[in-house]
Amino acid sequence: MAMLEVNHLAIQFGGLRAVDGFNVSIEKGQLYGLIGPNGAGKTTIFNLLTGVYKPTEGIIKLDGQDITGKSTIEINKAGIARTFQNIRLFKDMPVLDNVKVGLHNHHAYSTLTGILRLPKYYKVEKEMNEKAMEILKVFDLDKEADTLAGNLPYGKQRKLEIARALATNPKLLLLDEPAAGMNPNETQELMDTIRFVQKHFDMTTLLIEHDMKLVGGICEEVTVLNFGQVLAQGETQKVLKDPAVVTAYLGE
Amino acid sequence: MKKTMNKTTRNNLINYGIVIALFVIVQILSGTGHLSRLLTGLLVPLCVYTIAAISLNLVVGFSGELSLGHAGFMCVGAYSSALFSHIASDIPQVPRFILAILIGAAVAAVFGVIIGIPVLRLRGDYLAIVTLAFGEIIKNLINILYIGFDENGLHVATSAANLKLAAGGKQILKGALGISGTGALYKDVKHYFFPIGILLVLLTLFIVQNLVNSRSGRAIMATRDNRIAAESVGIDITKFKLLAFTISAALAGVAGVLYAHNLSMLKVSGFDYNMSILILVYVVLGGIGNLRGSMIATIILYALPELLRGFANYRMLIYAIVLIVMMLFNWAPAARNWRARVMEKIRGTKGKKEAA
Amino acid sequence: MSFISYLKDGISLGSIYAIIALGYTMVYGIAKMLNFAHGDVIMVGAFVILTAVTKGGMSPVLAIVLSVIFCTVLGMVIEKVAYSPLRKASSNLAVLITAIGVSYLLQNLALLIFGADAKSFVTVIDVPTLSLFDGQLVIKGITIVTILTCIVIMVGLMFFVQKTKPGRAMQAVSEDRDAAQLMGVNVNATISMTFAIGSGLAAIAGLLLCQTYPTLTPYTGAMPGIKAFVAAVFGGIGSIPGAMVGGILLGVIEIFGKAYISSQVADAICFAVLIVVLLVKPTGLFGKNIQEKV
Repeated sequence: MAMLEVNHLAIQFGGLRAVDGFNVSIEKGQLYGLIGPNGAGKTTIFNLLTGVYKPTEGIIKLDGQDITGKSTIEINKAGIARTFQNIRLFKDMPVLDNVKVGLHNHHAYSTLTGILRLPKYYKVEKEMNEKAMEILKVFDLDKEADTLAGNLPYGKQRKLEIARALATNPKLLLLDEPAAGMNPNETQELMDTIRFVQKHFDMTTLLIEHDMKLVGGICEEVTVLNFGQVLAQGETQKVLKDPAVVTAYLGE
Repeated sequence: MKKTMNKTTRNNLINYGIVIALFVIVQILSGTGHLSRLLTGLLVPLCVYTIAAISLNLVVGFSGELSLGHAGFMCVGAYSSALFSHIASDIPQVPRFILAILIGAAVAAVFGVIIGIPVLRLRGDYLAIVTLAFGEIIKNLINILYIGFDENGLHVATSAANLKLAAGGKQILKGALGISGTGALYKDVKHYFFPIGILLVLLTLFIVQNLVNSRSGRAIMATRDNRIAAESVGIDITKFKLLAFTISAALAGVAGVLYAHNLSMLKVSGFDYNMSILILVYVVLGGIGNLRGSMIATIILYALPELLRGFANYRMLIYAIVLIVMMLFNWAPAARNWRARVMEKIRGTKGKKEAA
Repeated sequence: MSFISYLKDGISLGSIYAIIALGYTMVYGIAKMLNFAHGDVIMVGAFVILTAVTKGGMSPVLAIVLSVIFCTVLGMVIEKVAYSPLRKASSNLAVLITAIGVSYLLQNLALLIFGADAKSFVTVIDVPTLSLFDGQLVIKGITIVTILTCIVIMVGLMFFVQKTKPGRAMQAVSEDRDAAQLMGVNVNATISMTFAIGSGLAAIAGLLLCQTYPTLTPYTGAMPGIKAFVAAVFGGIGSIPGAMVGGILLGVIEIFGKAYISSQVADAICFAVLIVVLLVKPTGLFGKNIQEKV
């Protein structure tokens, strides 16, 4: 059974059908790419998958569970975590705490336990710190644990977003243009990290990307979107050579 | 990582230390007769406003919502506890006062929830005006309320005549005239209102500091920093906004209890939007999200008009100018850069680090 | 007939709120700040007229012109000195508190100069009273003047904002300050101009307020200021017709509340209506609903 199964997904904003008849099936452990020209509806699909928008039609199944129309919070609890195109960190909080917010629903104690500092508080906080540091190490951010997230350099902010998303222990990770604004070195490093996450956590990943090199380098399969509809779908190298795809990207 | 833990803990301990040290200094001054009557009279109100400022900082600084109705919650706490103190006058003073504090906090918390649920859907300045509106409504309604009790129980009306108290009944709340003689009900406890106030300040600090440095506190701040991201990692933003708002309201209620019992005459006119704004001034000037700043700003700004009494008519004018200049000095980017440059010169190259 | 009589009082009071609210709403739209000192500019304007007429022996028209000029300059100075340094501050609370400081400053300056006791205001606008239906409905001259002034100001402002170049610059700055700057709009001058217009209107509001309720203290502007702020939010802050409708509705609700329910809870009723409106329409009657883009 596929990890993510989307059928006939559509959303209408007024007269505009921003996404129409979108289908995709992603297997567990796969690295899947979602590409397309600007305004093709890629981020809209992420917003549909994460409950920011409610679909007009279609069904979204995560690991066999129907999550269509659920709220963002429920969907995260069901196992989808994401990053954002325009970075959305908790800027005025330390790097470590950003990840600990991600751990919120997995390491729990009550508000009263926190205020009264009962033994459970110390126990759970210790677990959270260890877990958070473990995740930060993967992204080589452990040395910046005390830095305010807003003061990190750009590339590291992107990484921290992925770290925070991973902290919610997702089944499916959605990355929205993770390499945007990065130089070639940083992009290369990021590709390695994404691959590492895939192997290390056995993570299923769906990523939106403009950088063809990155997509070609790490995604096994891709879907190309144009004007809200699927233009081509399948093995990455074949799809990228598809004349229709080349036209959509380069124009005529 | 270990270092952060220690740093926050140390910061929190310093805050308790400051409060205790101030208390000790005041006791020494008062013991050696160096404290004027005027200053002695300021001590309890100072505790009241410190509690109010710390609790408002929870909403403004940590939850990131602008509330202009804090005085409303103080008002609710003040009136509910004062009513209780009059009605339950058979209970011995110490347990009665403890109960009064709890009741003030609880009633204010209930109002916090009732107001918070609809209001927290709004954002920014819309939230500010609605909290201001709620504060004014609470004030207006209490202003026309008459409450008394006799052997048949509690009577509530909108005029003295409609109370219809039996012979021997007692009128407690008299509309705009308010509640009088609450402090007199606590002949033995009254002399300890300042130490009690200090204890309540410590309690407020304890609650807010521990909350902020816990799982729920992180969720509250995450909601402040980026609500969309917070939702994306499964944080229920409404729940945590409401949590911060309610705890803040309850603590404001506690401040109200102290305020009510310290006055011979409790009048609703004191709790207008100007009071809310005054507390907000303490919070913003002391630093949004900075609890120590709230305490220090409260002490300085509360004492300032009193210290300027010698200047008679000019004192509020000076106060206004000091306020504007301090705001510009603390917040204007140009002033901040200038300060950073000066600091850098003083400290050599180490001046770049900005305290959070 | 008393209903109509209350209604006209409400519209008249509401027209004053509307004029003040216009100042609030324009400043908010442009500078994204709640100018808490706006209400106090009204008081300053009224004192200028009173002093010019009683002490300076000026003619009413000249006094009014002087007051408008004085407030216009005052508004620009306040903006330059107290608000503009904080325009790029990290929190918009900073400028709010500074505005509160300016409000205290104006009140206490007035207190120092004029004293705390209420001054009775002189009649500056002398228009004969209109008597209708055999004297059953009496409309004071000032009521008519107030309502007409409000309409003229509102129409004039709409024309200014939509048809003139500086007006369109104002719209551009309120829409997106940085983009406007890139397109060559002088942002500082535009913000300054907005404060000038808003404060000039405050002077007129001060005059009308003191003609209808002829007492003046240093705190006269505070409550109408808050009410006008409520009116602006009511109508959808940033919207000119919103401020007008909000102001008039608020005035009518207040007068009806006083007349039919209780004068003590009239304010509470105003605020309660505001809350209900905002809960149904979170950005006010005419406000734009802007969804944050993910």
